Amino acid sequence: MRNFFKRASNRNPGEAYGAPGSGSGLAASILSVALVMAAWMFCTQPIFTAYEITEKLDAANNVVTDADGELVLIRTPILNDDGTPAKAPLIKPLFLPAPQAMAARFVKLLREEFSGGTMFVHIWESVKRVYGAFILGVLVAVPLGVFMAINRHVRGFFDPIIEFYRPIPPLAYLPLMIVWFGIGETTKVLVILLAVFAPMVLSARAGVRSVPIEQIHAAYSMGATRVQVIWHVILKGAMPEILTGMRISMAFGWTTVVAAELAAAQAGLGAMIKAAADFLVTDVVIVGIVVIGVIAYASDLLVRWMERLSVPWKGRV
Amino acid sequence: MAKLILNDVSMVFPGGDNAGGEAGVRALENINLEITDGEFVVALGASGCGKTTLLNLMAGFLAPTSGRACIQYDGDGARPIDTPGADRAVVVGERFEKVPPDDLRDLQPIAGPGKDRGVVFQRHALLPWLNVIDNASFGLKLAGVKKSERYERAAKFLDLVGLTDFYHHKIYQLSGGMQQRVGIARALTCDPAMLLMDEPLGALDALTREKTQELILDIWSETRKMIFFITHSVEEALFLATRLIVMSPRPGRITHSFDLDFCRRFLADGADTRNARAIKSTPDFIEVREEVLNIIHSDEEAGARHAGRKLM
Repeated sequence: MRNFFKRASNRNPGEAYGAPGSGSGLAASILSVALVMAAWMFCTQPIFTAYEITEKLDAANNVVTDADGELVLIRTPILNDDGTPAKAPLIKPLFLPAPQAMAARFVKLLREEFSGGTMFVHIWESVKRVYGAFILGVLVAVPLGVFMAINRHVRGFFDPIIEFYRPIPPLAYLPLMIVWFGIGETTKVLVILLAVFAPMVLSARAGVRSVPIEQIHAAYSMGATRVQVIWHVILKGAMPEILTGMRISMAFGWTTVVAAELAAAQAGLGAMIKAAADFLVTDVVIVGIVVIGVIAYASDLLVRWMERLSVPWKGRV
Repeated sequence: MAKLILNDVSMVFPGGDNAGGEAGVRALENINLEITDGEFVVALGASGCGKTTLLNLMAGFLAPTSGRACIQYDGDGARPIDTPGADRAVVVGERFEKVPPDDLRDLQPIAGPGKDRGVVFQRHALLPWLNVIDNASFGLKLAGVKKSERYERAAKFLDLVGLTDFYHHKIYQLSGGMQQRVGIARALTCDPAMLLMDEPLGALDALTREKTQELILDIWSETRKMIFFITHSVEEALFLATRLIVMSPRPGRITHSFDLDFCRRFLADGADTRNARAIKSTPDFIEVREEVLNIIHSDEEAGARHAGRKLM
């Protein structure tokens, strides 16, 4: 430990001296997951003796009070019907269900309806909203960002609007949207669209700006027209940044869909979580959270895969 | 026949402050330069002397703040075109007479980039999403030439620069020297009247650099295109140039000009016997090299004095 403060060290052959944070962090990741799982198992298994706390009674079945007149409480183990002491988990299932209970609940949700549909229905509803807004966003925000980058009037016109609404949390304007557009799909898709819109516009703008002027000049000196330069050079050159913006937007989309569904929806993962919370079905809440996390991660992997396919040169020039 | 004419060209960039107290950076001041077909003009000078600005003016990426930059093609005007002398002559100062403004009246100033002027950049100018042959044939694609024909024409120039086996490689799979050769092939594929090269060999290692110099000379002697070439290397400049212009900073201007024939001597030898190193170590090569180095060093010292004065 003292060495940590004194000097860096070459831990493995081939590693650069003194590079901060070099090497794999996989072991620590496995440790952290294992620790969380172990703590979860420890707290939720019925391995602790269950007690009940009651007032102390005297022989005549009257409550006993102490000198100050306060009730005296006693703790007695709960017994099963057969006389053995009963066991209970450290944390009640209401607050934290056991992993095996959640797995069982997940399987059950796949088969049986909960709050307006099976798990597949909820997933499909949410995916439809996120991807619908995402595709609309790509179709509108990316061209707008490109136009804002290549035309000062377009930039001047849209910049104040986008910069004004961009930092406002979607939950803040969701009520207004509901007032304006009702509680139907329009509101939900619109709110998600607004959330994914700004990062896409900004990344498309940054992408266009990142195109080296040499590439643009080279195209012009090979006889390119303005439209050809935009199509063959600027759009292609901006692709890596546009795809980065799409990744960020995808995460925003999942953040926002849950918020929108919490407020008003018949089905969807957010609606499922809301209904479960209303009835204190905690395991459904947690299953919903995990499913959203997994799907959002899968969506990110999808965009990353698109990135690898469409911009293999990224970071290599 | 083509001729590039810069007539009393000045370029002031906004911002900054120069010694005279005027706003703006005087990147170029009163440049007079004519380049004709078959010439290989090399610009040499310390950093910040306006070499790249000069090339950008020729390419049409910049418009001069005063003066005219023109290109004259056959039939544009009846000016006789001088052929540069093969003898080496050192002329200091007023090598370039101003073109009488009357003769320029009928010429169109350079209005922007065009495919009559091929540009080879120092770096970052290839399109990384295209493979080698698509990069080399990009100009033809823009012109609407169909694929088989543009590949055929690009292949000819890729072969010329020695990239026969790399047509379908990605740009980022090539070494720096190979990327520069793709850039040269790309400029040639558009069949420009002149080639403008901005330190095309600056990022190459010494060996690749010398080989590419010879390649550029071969291309020049074969195509007879006029070339304007920027470099930091005195040796490279002397070896390649038929005319060397030495520039000086603050404000950027042409201070000296040399007519040279080392490249012709090199090309006059047969392909088997020619030897670039032998030419670069001849006494007269070394003599000019020292002279040019002296000029550049005295410019640098003047610059340092200038900077010192500003500090006090």
